[in-house]
Amino acid sequence: MINIEIDGIKIQTQNGATVIEAAHQAGITIPHFCYHKKLSIAANCRMCLVQVEKAPKPLPACATPVAEGMKVFTHSEQAVKAQKGVMEFLLVNHPLDCPICDQGGECMLQDMSVGYGGGHSRYHEEKRVVLGKDLGSLVSAEEMSRCINCTRCVRFLQEVAGQMELGQAFRGEHAEVMSFVSGTVNSELSGNIIDLCPVGALTSKPFRYKARSWELSRRRSVSAHDSLGSSLAVHTKNNRVLRVTPIENDDINECWLSDKDRFAYEGLNSADRLTKPMIKKDGQWQEVPWQVALEFAANGLRHLANGAGAEQVGALATANSTLEELYLLQKLMRGVGSDNVDFRLRQSDFSADGKQQGNNPHPNLPPVGEGANVSSLAGGEPRQFLPWLGMSIADIGKADRLLIVGSFLRKDHPLLAARIRRAVRKGAQANIIHSADDDLLMQVENKAIVAPDALVETLTQVSKAVAAKQSEGIAGSLLGGERVVVLLGNFAQQHPQSAQLQALAQQIAAATNGKFGFLGEAANSVGGYLAQATPGAKGLNAASMLAAPRKAYLLLNVEAELDCANPQQAVAAMQAADLVIAMSAYKHRATEYADVLLPVAPFTETSGTFISSEGRVQSFKGAVKPLGEARPAWKVLRVLGNLLKVDGFEFDTSEAVRDEAIGGMDIPAKLNNASQAATQSSILSPQSSGLQRVSDVPIYATDAVVRRSAPLQATADAVTPQAWLHSDELKKLGVQAGEIVKVSQGQGSVMLLAAADDKLPKGVVRVATGHAATAALGAMFGTISVERA
Amino acid sequence: MLSQQIITLIEKELKKYPADQRQSAVMAALRFVQDEKGWIAPEDMADIAVYLGMPQMAVFEVATFYHMYNLKPMGKYTLTVCTNLSCQLCGSGDTLEHLHKKLGISLGEVTVDGKYGIREGECMGACVDAPMFSINNKQLCGRLTNEKIDQILAELDKQ
Amino acid sequence: MSAQIILATANDGLAKLDNYIKAGGYQALRKVLTEKISPEAIIAEVKASGLRGRGGAGFPTGLKWSFMPRNYDGVKYLVCNSDEGEPGTCKDRDILRYNPHLLIEGMAIAAYTMGVKTGYNYVHGEIFEAYEVMEAACEEARKAGYLGKNILGLDFEFDLHNHMGYGAYVCGEETALLESIEGKKGQPRYKPPFPASFGLYGKPTTINNTETFASIPCIIREGGQKFADLGVPNSGGIKLFSISGHVNNPGNFELPMGTPFKKLLELAGGVRKGHKLKAVIPGGSSMPVLPAEIMMDVNLDYDSLQKAGSYLGSGAVIVMDDTTCMVKALERLSYFYYEESCGQCTPCREGTGWLYRIIHRIEHGEGKPEDLDLLLDLCNNIAGRTVCALGDAAAWPVQGMLKHFRKEFEYHIEHKRCLV
Ligand SMILES: Cc1cc2nc3c(=O)[nH]c(=O)nc-3n(C[C@H](O)[C@H](O)[C@H](O)COP(=O)(O)O)c2cc1C
Ligand code: SF4
Ligand code: FES
Repeated sequence: MINIEIDGIKIQTQNGATVIEAAHQAGITIPHFCYHKKLSIAANCRMCLVQVEKAPKPLPACATPVAEGMKVFTHSEQAVKAQKGVMEFLLVNHPLDCPICDQGGECMLQDMSVGYGGGHSRYHEEKRVVLGKDLGSLVSAEEMSRCINCTRCVRFLQEVAGQMELGQAFRGEHAEVMSFVSGTVNSELSGNIIDLCPVGALTSKPFRYKARSWELSRRRSVSAHDSLGSSLAVHTKNNRVLRVTPIENDDINECWLSDKDRFAYEGLNSADRLTKPMIKKDGQWQEVPWQVALEFAANGLRHLANGAGAEQVGALATANSTLEELYLLQKLMRGVGSDNVDFRLRQSDFSADGKQQGNNPHPNLPPVGEGANVSSLAGGEPRQFLPWLGMSIADIGKADRLLIVGSFLRKDHPLLAARIRRAVRKGAQANIIHSADDDLLMQVENKAIVAPDALVETLTQVSKAVAAKQSEGIAGSLLGGERVVVLLGNFAQQHPQSAQLQALAQQIAAATNGKFGFLGEAANSVGGYLAQATPGAKGLNAASMLAAPRKAYLLLNVEAELDCANPQQAVAAMQAADLVIAMSAYKHRATEYADVLLPVAPFTETSGTFISSEGRVQSFKGAVKPLGEARPAWKVLRVLGNLLKVDGFEFDTSEAVRDEAIGGMDIPAKLNNASQAATQSSILSPQSSGLQRVSDVPIYATDAVVRRSAPLQATADAVTPQAWLHSDELKKLGVQAGEIVKVSQGQGSVMLLAAADDKLPKGVVRVATGHAATAALGAMFGTISVERA
Repeated sequence: MLSQQIITLIEKELKKYPADQRQSAVMAALRFVQDEKGWIAPEDMADIAVYLGMPQMAVFEVATFYHMYNLKPMGKYTLTVCTNLSCQLCGSGDTLEHLHKKLGISLGEVTVDGKYGIREGECMGACVDAPMFSINNKQLCGRLTNEKIDQILAELDKQ
Repeated sequence: MSAQIILATANDGLAKLDNYIKAGGYQALRKVLTEKISPEAIIAEVKASGLRGRGGAGFPTGLKWSFMPRNYDGVKYLVCNSDEGEPGTCKDRDILRYNPHLLIEGMAIAAYTMGVKTGYNYVHGEIFEAYEVMEAACEEARKAGYLGKNILGLDFEFDLHNHMGYGAYVCGEETALLESIEGKKGQPRYKPPFPASFGLYGKPTTINNTETFASIPCIIREGGQKFADLGVPNSGGIKLFSISGHVNNPGNFELPMGTPFKKLLELAGGVRKGHKLKAVIPGGSSMPVLPAEIMMDVNLDYDSLQKAGSYLGSGAVIVMDDTTCMVKALERLSYFYYEESCGQCTPCREGTGWLYRIIHRIEHGEGKPEDLDLLLDLCNNIAGRTVCALGDAAAWPVQGMLKHFRKEFEYHIEHKRCLV
């Protein structure tokens, strides 16, 4: 500890801290622009100049390390003269266009010029004009004359996002922050530079000129688009969401937000929002009053359950539905006597389900139909498999050795990737086992890029190597660590041998004294389990419900052809069903197969709860009223429960639903990554000459809201999927990159552009799922064929 | 595409630096491109970025920071005239005027036949030889008089 | 000790290794290596010589060398600053092109002293011919065993590489220079950390000026005290002076520290025919100008010039006769700093352009009386507030000019034309 004095206040601080850090700890503000606690120190703006006893010149507080006995004056004559001088310089070439600037009201420069600027300008020379830049659909750099060259954006993209997409070109007064040859900024974290920019040079393109900051109301909320549970603020005006910004939360998202979380809101008011209940009569869709639609749905369900049997009814929900919605959905299903409910729509290996406790995954539950209450779970009982992160998000950042298996890490978990990137910069080693080799923008120590059907074998080898204490390769790296982390990504969880991958990964983690966990795919990947939205003993899981089609389906937020592991099969099942009830925020392809469409509210229009990958329970309130006649899904389910006379559906609030679902529950005790389920499940190797499919869910195709965000859909990450092959495979097919090929699976085929990626293993073709262009295809894994079109 | 000759030259430069510091050769690489083509186009910068394994933007930063790189075609012979104080005192104004008369171009311009371009230079670290210009950043010509300039231009015209 | 220690001319032919050796070259290095003189002893000798950095700041060289971590097994670097770009200065160029082995020898001794195996010589981009001479000399030295592994057949390894700049004055600033060798734009680093702990590629590094290194062999050969005695107290040894501008015989002169300016002017053939001395910038363009009356009584050493209100700087003397318009001269200098600011820190990026524009206006008859005080205030807001000393370098000429020639500026503002 070091003792210093700032403005006469005695402060104790860590050795190695800077003056500005010490001041901030003590609640003393020192004006600054370029300094940002999460970025490297540039010391270029010179706004933070302070007087230090015995120093002949004022020193920048952001770059001056503390020293024992140091006396700092932030308001002395020398300090203030220096600060005012800098402020004057910052303003000479600034356009001073606050009245028309988007940053107005939340501008560091504007705020500080009030305190440190002179009354009138002494600058009467010509002002510099900097041309605006086009950085893409998310970040506006229209007014670069406002830039004060603090290089926060440049440093963020380099250090946190991992790629130098912006730089400061030219020099002196001509220095300009720009991209290379007017390229767009493609980082999946790019929106953060809007927050970082202390002036109005970088602003949100979708939000521009929509409102002044002081007209907005802010509501605290939680990210709905990945499993991290990022804290965010939803800004609204006139009952419309106008922007989303991060709320600092060091344990989760620090002060960042992924572009997906930041710009998804633009999909909330898309033209295909479903705003009125509809039923199909004689093949025609009609808007009907809620009552009519609900009764239609309830009657249909009752009729089918009584006639064909309750087991002919299935419910599917997406994992980004709220805990309350998922809980009521399963409760409703069990109320009508069906155990067929699932939210794990892209999973294909369910062999871990219910393996611990004989056949009943919910041993503590009353029999189906009598209402469920898990809060009575007794301790000591064998626990159900409940995959979760296995550690805190912060733990991941502290790891010194990582093994990441089957993950499109950067796109699936942008902020976790950034955390790992920082760990790697500080010396951690990242090891990758996967079927694709996308640039993670960090140094990767070892990697094994193999076809999907070789993943189990590859992991087996690593496990053996670890057991044999091998000093090289992945095993060597992991064995050399003190804080080892092994993670299974979305791809590994969607894999047909996911249970085996999990068992092996777990072995490896155990043998290296490491932590093991699952990177959850969606906002409620953990919450869905706790809501018991998984099939019971007699029930069918998501895959079986579609493989053996049901007569009736209740869909919650599901777009069958985009959200399921096998779109072809899912759509066929829907089309064959007698009754499909779609609860959705959007009019989508359900109009082709559904019988009733119930407009439900997306997460900004309802209260609810997400339980993040690390098991953090976060409830939120609606930020705006539901659009049109849309209603929160939990309310819709409540009415359906009432209409179907299911007991226990008398909820006044979503909080009451949550309390019933998880109130009093010892959640950490329930999270459980251990499973002995590793049966040898089928091998999916294609016939000798065939290709295997590798599929990712593109970052802006993950859920219904994101898919409709126009600015996100205009990014480079949202380009139409192509068929990616190793160039040797292209040669074999006699196809050139850039040509159109016919890609077929099962009964369906699509035409895609062929593209070369020599980092892919041979024998595979990478074709994304979750996208309309590939929705006619079948399973995410398995045989697929490509031929010249 | 970087020419084989440029790659050979870059490879030689790379030997000067630690193996994991390929970026150190970027200034030389840009210089080689300029020597070969007279200027450096964005595509060349992108090629260099790939060859040295560095971000394109980092190459661009370097190319725009150092003033001797030509970011547009500057003529077969670029005459960079120092106009800094010692040269100014010794008549760099006259040098420019004479070049203007002879070639019909001013600072920053290129003759229509693409043969000559004139750029303004900062101190070349040869002030005792003022006034001066350099030819293609390779050769310094000092103690310039109108006669000497005429001679130099005549020599270049012959080449 | 011979009169000319560092300075050579083309006629001497010292750029060729044979000739250099014939003239006693590499004796100092041989002495150090064969006699196994301890690093401490060498540093003591350099301290005794009174040698101060010839790059402009005048930092005692022996002291600087002692900052390098001694018992550090990692890689360390030695860097020579031949990025001579300070207007008026052109002495290092002559060392590079006429006496390159002297520099190599000096650096090799320094490398031995500080336990360094690799050195870089950063050459000003505008002097390609000198760079080529250096490249050839290094190659020759490598072949002859003066560079590389087992130098002189002994257990000492040092190699030297030349890195060419390409038109950025700020790269003369030592940390900008390091950034530049790393293949980045030359933006100075904030110090601390200093290069001795975090230098090239993040490794401990010592940076000296070309002339500084070139002074070393003589100091080792003849002894530090003898070198010091050539000069005056606090300004040891001999120094190269570049004299340019309005003199009959501009050139580089090697003179003992403390030589009267009058003598140098004489050597340079005096002021142009028919004209009177008006003012002199004594240490490179960044140093405050001094009027003739002061200058004619000044000796060329650190203390005398400081007493007179300027600095010795790089020892570059720019002479201006009575035809010189001081407004125009300052306009050009201000333009230089404005052009050469790296653009990183606010006061320099924004302030240098402002200074230039005001002076430009005055020169073009659009000055206002309040401009002069504004200029001085802006100088105070730039100097001492920047990442590197370029900010100060931009402010000092303005302050110097307004101190001694304010009347001329006022005349310009009032009459919209030159006094001269
Ligand atoms: C803007 C600026 C330009 C400089 N230019 C040079 C230069 O051209 N040559 C040089 O040797 N030192 C130059 N210096 C000084 C160097 O930073 C450094 O002090 C010097 O190279 C150290 O060597 P020395 O101790 O041997 O003088 C410059 C400093 C500044 C701030
Ligand atoms: S003083 Fe000027 S040259 Fe030096 S760091 Fe600041 S902006 Fe760059
Ligand atoms: S905040 Fe310290 S210099 Fe910018």
